[in-house]
Amino acid sequence: MSFKAPRILPVLTVAVLTAGFVLVFFYAPNDADQGFVQKIFYLHVPLGIMALVGFMIAAVQSILHLRSGDPKWDVRSYVSIHISIIFGLAVLITGSIWARASWGKWWVWEEPTLVSFLIVFLLYCTYYPLRYAIEDRERQARYASVFAITAGAFVPLNFMAVRLAETLVHPRVFATSEGGLPPKMMFTFLVCIAGAALLWETLIRYELAAKTSRAKLSRLRRALGGDGVSTGGSRIAPVPREGEA
Amino acid sequence: MELLFAAPALPLDEAGKYVAAAYLVFLALLLIYLAIMAMRLQRIDRELSELAELAERSSGRNEEQVEQVDA
Repeated sequence: MSFKAPRILPVLTVAVLTAGFVLVFFYAPNDADQGFVQKIFYLHVPLGIMALVGFMIAAVQSILHLRSGDPKWDVRSYVSIHISIIFGLAVLITGSIWARASWGKWWVWEEPTLVSFLIVFLLYCTYYPLRYAIEDRERQARYASVFAITAGAFVPLNFMAVRLAETLVHPRVFATSEGGLPPKMMFTFLVCIAGAALLWETLIRYELAAKTSRAKLSRLRRALGGDGVSTGGSRIAPVPREGEA
Repeated sequence: MELLFAAPALPLDEAGKYVAAAYLVFLALLLIYLAIMAMRLQRIDRELSELAELAERSSGRNEEQVEQVDA
């Protein structure tokens, strides 16, 4: 198991994100209803989409882990959830700021979209204590995979349930009777989504590279018999088996 | 709920601070993450140096043993 830090990806990520933000402020028109404050949409929604997609990717990786027993899928699933939680946190904070600006409230408990996202976020926050609570590495990985699959299945179900809800304050942008976004806004939004996706992938690659390096250090320490040297070792990521690196 | 819908668009000077806050939060989270990654990298580097030192010491001991056997 070896994950290398990417080279071109970070440059591409910075380029696309910068292009996206330039489009947001200099190309996309102001929203007719909300005005300038709608610019938060181009940050908030792509991050939200990537957080939810990331949770589902983690579920697929967990299925692969349970099917193959290969620890690399467990590590990937863990990292996908980890990065998606960070994205989720950004979604909650930017969403609250937008809510305060648009609705005059930081949070609206009656709104299914907000509450359901919070539930998904909190659900995934319990992933960490679940992993930390189990000492045995193999059991830890297995249980975490089962959790990731169950929670991952909950994400699209939750999304559909929210779409079916009737009492909505949160705006619906796509597939609406009003026809969705105008072309300039849609183009900007797609660039921002591409930027968020690239950022997600870049952070995933770096996180995986860091975990692999720590695992290699632990193996090196054991090989050298240097018990006095603390490499810490990840409490979560399984140490690669011999010959996998 | 209808009151929320009826809320008028904020003027630019009012909306600007909210938009700036949202984008700054994103930037701050990204910077915090990068700082954590940098600290991790430093730790890995430090531990690697310690292990390199350990490897050098153990290779030095092996050479001494070989010299003693040869003598």
